[in-house]
Amino acid sequence: MLSPINVSLESLNLITLAPMLIPVIGALLILVIDVIKGGLDKSLYIVLSILFLALDFSALLNSAGMFSRDGIMLGMFNVMLIDGLAILSQFIIVATSMLFIPLAFTHKRFHEFSYPEFFALFLFMISGFQFMVASDNLILIFVGLETASLALYTLIAMHNRDKSFEAAVKYFTMGALAAGFYSFGSMVFYALTGSVEINQIATVLAANEYADIGYVLVAVTFMLASFGFKLSLVPFHTWAPDIYEGSSAAMAGYMSIVPKIAAFVVAMRLFEFLIHSGVVWLEIVLYIFVVVTMTAANIWALVQTDVKRMLAYSSISHAGFVMAAILIGTTQSNSALFLYWILFSFTNLGSFSMLWMSRQKHLPDHQMSDHSYDKFAGMIKTAPVAASIMGLFMLSLAGLPPFALFWGKLYMISSAVTGGYTVLALIMALNSAIAGYYYIKLIVYMFMKEPVVGNDGHVYVSNATLALKSIIGFAAVGTIFAFIALNPILEFVTALVYNSGY
Amino acid sequence: MLDHILSILIFFPALAGVFGFMINKDSIRAYGITVAAIEFALSLWLWFAFDNSVSGMQFMENLPLVPAFGINYILGVDGISLFILILAAFFTMIGIASLTDTPNVKNMIITLLFLQMTMIGVFVALDAIVFYVFWELSLVPMLYIIGAWGGPLRVYASVKFFLYTFTGSLVMLVGMLFMAYFFYQATGTWSFAILDWYRLILPESFQLWLFAAFFMGFAIKVPMFPFHTWLPYAHGQAPTIGSVILAAILLKMGTYAFIRFSLPLFPDASVYFMYPIAVISIIMIVYTAMVAYAQKDVKQVVAYSSVSHMGVIILGTFALNVEGITGSVFLMIAHGVVSGALFLLVGVIYDRRHTKMMDQFGGLAHVMPKYATIFGIMMMASVGMPLTINFVGEFLSLLGFYQQSHILTLLAGIAIIVGAIYMLAAYKKMFFGDVTIEENKNLPDVNKRELIALIPLTIITIWLGIYPKPVLDPINNSVESVVQLMHNKSTTEEAKSRIPNVNGIVISKTSTKEAH
Repeated sequence: MLSPINVSLESLNLITLAPMLIPVIGALLILVIDVIKGGLDKSLYIVLSILFLALDFSALLNSAGMFSRDGIMLGMFNVMLIDGLAILSQFIIVATSMLFIPLAFTHKRFHEFSYPEFFALFLFMISGFQFMVASDNLILIFVGLETASLALYTLIAMHNRDKSFEAAVKYFTMGALAAGFYSFGSMVFYALTGSVEINQIATVLAANEYADIGYVLVAVTFMLASFGFKLSLVPFHTWAPDIYEGSSAAMAGYMSIVPKIAAFVVAMRLFEFLIHSGVVWLEIVLYIFVVVTMTAANIWALVQTDVKRMLAYSSISHAGFVMAAILIGTTQSNSALFLYWILFSFTNLGSFSMLWMSRQKHLPDHQMSDHSYDKFAGMIKTAPVAASIMGLFMLSLAGLPPFALFWGKLYMISSAVTGGYTVLALIMALNSAIAGYYYIKLIVYMFMKEPVVGNDGHVYVSNATLALKSIIGFAAVGTIFAFIALNPILEFVTALVYNSGY
Repeated sequence: MLDHILSILIFFPALAGVFGFMINKDSIRAYGITVAAIEFALSLWLWFAFDNSVSGMQFMENLPLVPAFGINYILGVDGISLFILILAAFFTMIGIASLTDTPNVKNMIITLLFLQMTMIGVFVALDAIVFYVFWELSLVPMLYIIGAWGGPLRVYASVKFFLYTFTGSLVMLVGMLFMAYFFYQATGTWSFAILDWYRLILPESFQLWLFAAFFMGFAIKVPMFPFHTWLPYAHGQAPTIGSVILAAILLKMGTYAFIRFSLPLFPDASVYFMYPIAVISIIMIVYTAMVAYAQKDVKQVVAYSSVSHMGVIILGTFALNVEGITGSVFLMIAHGVVSGALFLLVGVIYDRRHTKMMDQFGGLAHVMPKYATIFGIMMMASVGMPLTINFVGEFLSLLGFYQQSHILTLLAGIAIIVGAIYMLAAYKKMFFGDVTIEENKNLPDVNKRELIALIPLTIITIWLGIYPKPVLDPINNSVESVVQLMHNKSTTEEAKSRIPNVNGIVISKTSTKEAH
């Protein structure tokens, strides 16, 4: 006879779910509003999204407070795992989203923002990413990943241009392949250990001293391929430039930050225990991935003729740079990963927003693509402030002190030095030098060339509104004065990472 | 106010630069000159308040920046940095004052003010990361100056300049991070403070690697052979003001950093690399002198002669004794004054003829007697004539190195004499003989604006050539303490014997810890 299952509500620890449920509620509410009264203006949905994200953010603050008091929290049959990594990455996800959504306040009318579904899908996606990082259950991670990805494919397609459809379909195909690899890898792990929880897998594997190392390697290979797609590591990166080119600049900037931090957290949970328990093969393969991703992406970026594609390759290179943290696997390197990504999100969102602000609906004849280098020639003469801000973001991305990303690079290279990866530290430093060239190339166009005839400078701010300018100003101030906020951020990040046992 | 004078010196030009955006285009030159003059007056005040008898750091400031990672905003000035700092303030002032008709003059002056901030910052920073921040930041204004106001190949030249220095600096950054890590291992706390690092004694094998890493950054900046290839392009394409600042101040960052970082941090490695570096320096002196002789463009002659003299500075630095290092610091100032003045002089003739080719000139002494006189004095100083400023520095540098190796010093001495040939030849081509080209017959002589810049430089050249004591004394004091520190810190027998014990007694009994 079946006995009734009694689950006390306290044991579910529902508070762990609060940050993920808030955007879901927000999304449903937006849909309900649309059903009740259609044809409302986008500004309503933008502000509603911001409000729900603000609520989400405060719920996260609450979680962070609880974490610092009680340590790691489990909930919902131990499927949810709220530790420092989960909290930090959710902070990055939600804060970046809050900076992203006001970019919908454009001067020109764009197709996607006229649908309330855009904002509903956007909030669903955030919730998906939040689930993904706040769990060490491979199944829940998969569910979160797919929720987020499917929403993201649609968001890209809603930009409603030929290239956007191409991008969405390409991303969908590649994403489906990655999902397949992921489920295959999880299946092998489950077959080996009888569990889908990463810490259980680690315990079981350690208990039998990696007797089935061959099968572990098979599982790891599938997982690596899957995360290779998600993090756009070379050679799984081929989708990235096309998709960045096809989506709107704002969306591309968003994609270079949020999905990746979610994938980084999962990769950190999964790969670090494997490296620490001496799976040498994984260490070597990761080493190669890191070096090749950094270097090859940098070299491709050198030959791009479109700024957005250049930034796409540069994002790939940055992802490779940060992947080094997972290879090194010390507390310092894991903190460096979060520090880097926080600083990177500011700078990169700022530079993509600059492109977004100069988005034209119809291209003039001389311009081959949306954001070709020529378009920015002589910008200092026609739009000096915009040119200076764009130059600032480029210098920051190149890692020039004292701008934001320099400190991330500094701490990351330092973690390579302390972790004993001397050669890697040198490779990282030299890659920053290669990267310097293509960022400087844009500065050369902006500051040292003559403007294209007929360009009166209006094009650079054609899409500008107060909201867009505020976001860019915010990113610029953050980029310049990062060094003031650096110490509290560093201490906060290190404390959270250390207390989570990474 | 004196407590924070170094911060004021750094950030006053930057603040003034920000406010400069509000100034009307027509008045910007007066604004720039005023700001630079105030800055120069402040730097003179610093000299006045500077205590010559103290050998250590003065006017120190300390503010935590990222205490969790040991980065602090530490500033200080000693005899070694004081005069380079004054020189930087001085050259920015006369640079702005002598600016000829420049398109976008407002952008140029604001850029120069920002550049001044980074230059002062490099010479007073006592924290490796703060130093690095200013060091790298100085590339950006220079990139813009060369790239926006330069000659036909300006983009190529500016990007080459940027990438070359940027690459070297990043290798140096890895070295700095290693140094901080060793400090962390030895003491348990992170610190990037240079004065903390001075107390750390490293095993020789570590020193060699770290020396090499720092060397990459400094050698490209100096620039030392074979990393000098960016410099002729940068000078060739840069506008006059760019060349002046580049030669007078920016190159000095590299040689200054050798004395601030490489020598006291890695005394054993410095001794180990002494001969290789001396050989490189001599190649630099001889080879670039020969290249200079083959040039047709007078600006390239000055550029290569500038590289050649940097070789003497390096040679003096790596004499590793008080005479040599004092001489090299003095020569940095002398080289700044003289090569800065020479670039200004080339700018004068370029403004009149819009060419720098020497075969376009000839007989200028008839047409422009004042110009020929000042050029003559500066050229003699550059050659190292006694009673000019360069002579003091070159003599002391060579005297210092003579104690380490007679043969190499002799070679360097001959090379300097040979170096005189190209200067005299260039002078002959430009100034003597008959005026053969029609356009040269009615050239106006130097005007008032140009004299404002050139006369003070001439006076300094002769004054410090005859009576170098007011500058030499403070330098000597600080250098003595550096050499003593090196002697105390050195671990190998050879280093102990190569680096002299200045006082015969151990001055600083600071706790030195062995890193593992």
